[in-house]
Amino acid sequence: MSALASVAFDGVVYSSWLFMMAAGLTLIYGVMKILNIAHGSLYALGAYAGASLVGAWLAGGYPPVASYALLGAAALAVGLVMGPLLERGLLRIMYGKDEVVLLLVTYAVFLILEDAIKLAWGVESLVVAEPYALPGNFSIGALAYPVYNLILIGAAAAIGLALAWGMYRTRHGKLLLAVIHDREISAAMGIDVGRVYLFTFSIGAALAAAGGALTAPMIAVSPGIGVEVIVLSFAVVVIGGLGSLGGAALGALIVGLVRSAMVRYWPEGELFSVYLVMALVLIARPKGLFAAPEARKI
Amino acid sequence: MSPDRTTAALGVAAACLLAAAPLAPQWLVFLLTLALAKGLVVLGLVLLMRTGLVSFGQGLYFGLGAYAAALLGARAALLDAFVMIVAAVLVAAAVAAVLGLLLARYRDIFFAMLSLAFSMILYGLLVKSSTLGSTDGFNLHAKSFAGIALAAGAERRVFYAVAVVAVLAAGLAVHRYLGSHYGRLATAIRDNELRVEYLGASVSRVVYANYVAAGALGGLGGAFAALAVGHVDPETTYWTTSGEFVFVAILGGTGNVLAPFLGAAIFEAVRTIANQYAPNVWQMTLGVVMLLLILFLPSGLWSLGTRWRRAA
Repeated sequence: MSALASVAFDGVVYSSWLFMMAAGLTLIYGVMKILNIAHGSLYALGAYAGASLVGAWLAGGYPPVASYALLGAAALAVGLVMGPLLERGLLRIMYGKDEVVLLLVTYAVFLILEDAIKLAWGVESLVVAEPYALPGNFSIGALAYPVYNLILIGAAAAIGLALAWGMYRTRHGKLLLAVIHDREISAAMGIDVGRVYLFTFSIGAALAAAGGALTAPMIAVSPGIGVEVIVLSFAVVVIGGLGSLGGAALGALIVGLVRSAMVRYWPEGELFSVYLVMALVLIARPKGLFAAPEARKI
Repeated sequence: MSPDRTTAALGVAAACLLAAAPLAPQWLVFLLTLALAKGLVVLGLVLLMRTGLVSFGQGLYFGLGAYAAALLGARAALLDAFVMIVAAVLVAAAVAAVLGLLLARYRDIFFAMLSLAFSMILYGLLVKSSTLGSTDGFNLHAKSFAGIALAAGAERRVFYAVAVVAVLAAGLAVHRYLGSHYGRLATAIRDNELRVEYLGASVSRVVYANYVAAGALGGLGGAFAALAVGHVDPETTYWTTSGEFVFVAILGGTGNVLAPFLGAAIFEAVRTIANQYAPNVWQMTLGVVMLLLILFLPSGLWSLGTRWRRAA
């Protein structure tokens, strides 16, 4: 019983982490029809920014409790700087090209950012474990878990709820939904599509960075951390259905639980099981589990 | 470019490369073999791109070919390079024949994602299989070619010469194919699939044929790369390797069968130089070049020649 509980808990923690990345990815795809490979670099940027900010804060001898706020601030800063920079500076001149070409454009951005990160932070790894260790542990059955995991789950849930509320309950969200449904008609109705794109991409970038910033205390932040994250979050959004927020949540939950079950019962299958699930879902439902029905256009 | 010119260019290029086999320094032979091997994979990718499909998982076939060749040596003690190459192509083609049934129904981003998923499944399996050396992979060493024993030190040159011949054969075959009825359908499919169906041609059959051919070429390339390097590891199937192939395809362009090899040669040369002098900005260079190509030269380097000729 306790084994199952621990598998489930590990799975949910992992899912929360995946969801933060997948939510941004699916949002950007839903609105802009761009599958953003550079999402992995934004994640890495968030991790680096968070780690250096908290590191500097702690080195200054300030109270470590504030480091959580700093992680959030780092994510926001990355979103606010990189979002407009990439959208206004690059993606804007690429709109109208094929989805696959846009995929290649973001791949190019990914390659550039990978090296940019190395140039900015060097190749040494960054370790800032205080925020992780600070809240202590709690136990399920005989096993002790860091409280930080609960913070991660809480953050993911808060992000998910905020996004859902923002999309379905606010005026801006409804404009966004209109653009998702039909870009041209929305533009004709007077919606500033360019601005919607800018906001969407910046929010998506901030979400990726938030995923990175919150992960930073749990790992050694080093070059290349974004490379694996990107294919994992692709798997999550493709399973859930590209462009669907609920799908991203479900996909994250599926991948998280499958992975934690595998780690416990058949460790060799850990990596391949995720992609097997992705392939099976694509075979059974080519557009993912929650894909929004597509309006037929002649 | 008229078909005869491409054929002639292929022949001349192959003759020059063969003539260089005994003369070129060891490092150049190695670099060229690797470029030819990757060019073969990219040639397959070009076949797919002609139908408008971009596979982000050609590493699957590259890796399958490499591992098939290496496993024959390590497990079955079959150390003949010719047998290894044939086995690699057969394995890759067989897997492509099965997966192609499925993938031929997918388009756009979904094709890219499903092919990515398949290559990552193989990666996940290889990384965790300790009998195959996990992330380290293992070495292979071919002792003969088609029954003829290889003199120590000369293997690399022999593999290089064989690779040139294989590239010549593959290049001619693909060139003939692209000029055929089937081959010409590919570009029509990219432009408008529905119309091609209405005109009475089977879109899925063309896509399937191109997919299987691309898989076989991927396996062939993988075998040569494994023989040249003398080592295989799971990195061959990782998505960044597949991304590299896509990059080379865009660099060279899809306009001609020679373009992938030109692209691969430039890619390998620049990589070698960059590794020597600027290892930290190598990926950045790639990214910038890729953006510039997408913006200003969407048909790849090959189109430069065509443009220049038209202007003259």
